[in-house]
Amino acid sequence: MSRNGNWDWTPGRKPLADVAGLRQQYRELLEMLPSPDGERFAALVVGEDGRMTAVVNGESWPETYERLWYLRFSAQGKLAGLAMNDYAWTVAVDGRTWDETFEFVWDPRFTADGLGIAALIKQDNRYAVALNGQPWPQLYDMVRDYCVSGDGERAAATVQVEPRKEADVEGFFAGTWSLAEQGERWDEKFINIWEPIYDATGRHIAAQVRTDIADYTIAVDGKVWDRLFGCVWRPCFRPDGGAVIAPVRTDGNWTLAADGEVIWPGRYAQLWQQRFSADGQRLAAVVATDFGRWTVAVDDRPWRRTFGEMVTAPTFVGDGKHIAAAVKDHDRWSIAVDGEAWDNDFDMVWEPVTQPGGSHVAVKAERGGRYLLVIDGRQVGPDYEMLWPHCFAPDGQSVLLRTVQDGKYVREVVPLAQLLG
Amino acid sequence: MSLYPVNKPVTDVAIDTGIARLTTEQIERTVQRVLTKECSARLQVFLDTCVHCGLCAEACHSYLSRDKDPRYAPVAKVKDTLWELVERKGRVEPESIRRMAEIAFVECGVCRRCSMYCPFGIDIAYLIMTVRRICNLLGVVPQYLQDTTNSHAVTLNQMWVHEDEWIDTVQWQEDEAITEVTAARIPLEKEGADVMYSVIAPEPKILAQLINNMALIMRVAGIDWTMPATDGWDNSNMAMYSGDFEVMGRVEKLHWETAQRLKVKRVVMGECGHAFRGAVYDGPRWLAWRQAPVTMVHAIDFYYELIKSGRIKIKQKYEPPVTLQDPCNTVRGMGLGKKVRYVVGAMCENFADMQPNYEHNYCCNAGGGLINCGPPWKHSRMLSNRVKAEQLAATGAEICITPCHNCHSGIEDVIGFYDLGMHTKFISEILVECMEIPEAMKA
Repeated sequence: MSRNGNWDWTPGRKPLADVAGLRQQYRELLEMLPSPDGERFAALVVGEDGRMTAVVNGESWPETYERLWYLRFSAQGKLAGLAMNDYAWTVAVDGRTWDETFEFVWDPRFTADGLGIAALIKQDNRYAVALNGQPWPQLYDMVRDYCVSGDGERAAATVQVEPRKEADVEGFFAGTWSLAEQGERWDEKFINIWEPIYDATGRHIAAQVRTDIADYTIAVDGKVWDRLFGCVWRPCFRPDGGAVIAPVRTDGNWTLAADGEVIWPGRYAQLWQQRFSADGQRLAAVVATDFGRWTVAVDDRPWRRTFGEMVTAPTFVGDGKHIAAAVKDHDRWSIAVDGEAWDNDFDMVWEPVTQPGGSHVAVKAERGGRYLLVIDGRQVGPDYEMLWPHCFAPDGQSVLLRTVQDGKYVREVVPLAQLLG
Repeated sequence: MSLYPVNKPVTDVAIDTGIARLTTEQIERTVQRVLTKECSARLQVFLDTCVHCGLCAEACHSYLSRDKDPRYAPVAKVKDTLWELVERKGRVEPESIRRMAEIAFVECGVCRRCSMYCPFGIDIAYLIMTVRRICNLLGVVPQYLQDTTNSHAVTLNQMWVHEDEWIDTVQWQEDEAITEVTAARIPLEKEGADVMYSVIAPEPKILAQLINNMALIMRVAGIDWTMPATDGWDNSNMAMYSGDFEVMGRVEKLHWETAQRLKVKRVVMGECGHAFRGAVYDGPRWLAWRQAPVTMVHAIDFYYELIKSGRIKIKQKYEPPVTLQDPCNTVRGMGLGKKVRYVVGAMCENFADMQPNYEHNYCCNAGGGLINCGPPWKHSRMLSNRVKAEQLAATGAEICITPCHNCHSGIEDVIGFYDLGMHTKFISEILVECMEIPEAMKA
């Protein structure tokens, strides 16, 4: 069963929080967000004494903080934020802080199961990743991009492994960066290393690396591909394991390579954000077919229609037959499905959300400062003061909306048939 | 004895080390790569079109500042670098590359004034940038400029600012701001805000009060804004000027992806000129965007909008006599000359313009990566901008308004070197001093 299978999918409206009241009750209301199931509504508030706390469905956390920020719900509904008192930072989860405190904590991320939390930490001017409050045994001069394995047991990060002397160009190009997993670094050093990723099993890690002034490639578990390229972007693993796929620049054009070998004959002015279908059989990517013309290529075949400003990462629609992406042309946003853009355009659109097992594409959009739900190109329902990204029921027949209407936070489940009229 | 001002001898370890490693074969291979695989037809058009008339010479502040030493004429700089490389098909000795690197990185700020004086409008800066690209691939880039690029490659900002330092500094400036104006928050990571405000790394590193200034301005103007808590907050790009286009592209990609991730309608950038060029022109184009994928508004344009619309009102004008430096990339490059004068006029009681001005103004000789070449090259940089000192002195101003970080630092250097007894200020420094803060907002 999917994670939202046990949510309340009974059609109906539930007003759960008085946003206007919160604004009156506290000196400031800084952030607000609902839980993924919509049942809880959190607000980050500042009291009259200037201290911060979180209020969830009207109940405030027991502690207040000199600073609290970056409130986020996990998929399981845990609410976490970054909290500071007396210059000591930690993570607060559902009102309780970690036992451990640090000089600084940032970029917290829930593990895939929503139960654990990883974050970057600084202690005694050294850096590491902490999982559920426990930092790596080995800290580094600098830790930057990090990722967490799917089981939430391990984290890997790019780490600076040699001291950086001021303006030491020679030393820099000798390689001062590597990757560490659970604090233990690879033997290999690189000029640069960026954006590591785990495969689905959590046993393999890939990252972009730079081995000379203009030589780039991918390193997998510390071993670099045999072939170097003019540039590379973020790789991905095939969902079924095995090959690592990355956008690579060769002779001034972009294409896709797998394990160092070019796999798409097509050459593009740009290519990034490649995505596999769930079964791993299809591969789509954002491409520029020419200077300033953007679209999606599916298995190396670009859509005929191109867009002038931006195309976001392709999304495989629930039935696996279609692909959707947000597109921007002439400063207006819309959604394109299989290369055909919707007739309506908007000031902004969020990522397409697709119907499980079906073909409907639903999007949060903004027009004139109000937020709308748009399905298959048509606005459904009213527009809202605030609207958080929606969610389909596992059977694809209902939609969960989380909105603010007339100063009230409302959780609403609406049958799809009703929305589509 | 030379007829012209003479540079002090300079040792730049990165250039020296780079030259020592070079082979003639490597130079030839690299030059051929850039000329045949990276340059477009416009290079050939420019080279074929130039009639060697030398009319570009009088446009160049370094030529004028050095008593019209012909070696500093733009045409001479191209002749001694790119023409030489093209004619010899890259078969030159390493020591020739040393001189070419000095010309390309230190003696030309790619300010594009000369293109306006060229009868054919040849983009001489592009030709010099091509030389920089070759030098970059050969590993011959001035030490401090290369270090700045290395910072971009690692941290995606130009001053090795760690992520925690960035967040901590923004929150510190928010703490400062709310002591002056209630609720002058700096919302981090606010998805769906109208504006993402991006800055260049010297702001969190050494000029943090500028972030405070913007918190006050945004609050008083009632702007729905945000800043990223992730990399991507820095809009600057010295990799563009060191010729490392791959790092330039990576920096710009992240900047625009960050704006898109936050779902903002537009990006407002701080008072910096080269960052505008990197974020709107050179960076996006290397990435295949025809223009910036999200609307980018320079601070000058933003202040103009706020004052013109009445969202910011001036309570009392700034009285000390001021002049204005027109930044090359936003005035010559983008045509904001009238708007910046509207802003200055609204804020200041006593304004004396420089002559020449607008798009004809002389470069500060700090942008284009020049000031980033660091202390070894400062004396040369000062000799090459005597005309700026003369311009400044003629205004009688006490303050030179510099809506650009390179101009700000570079002109302060000129003021010190030529003992002009003035200082530089950003627009925001004066604006927060003279804008009206509603009583209800005062802390």
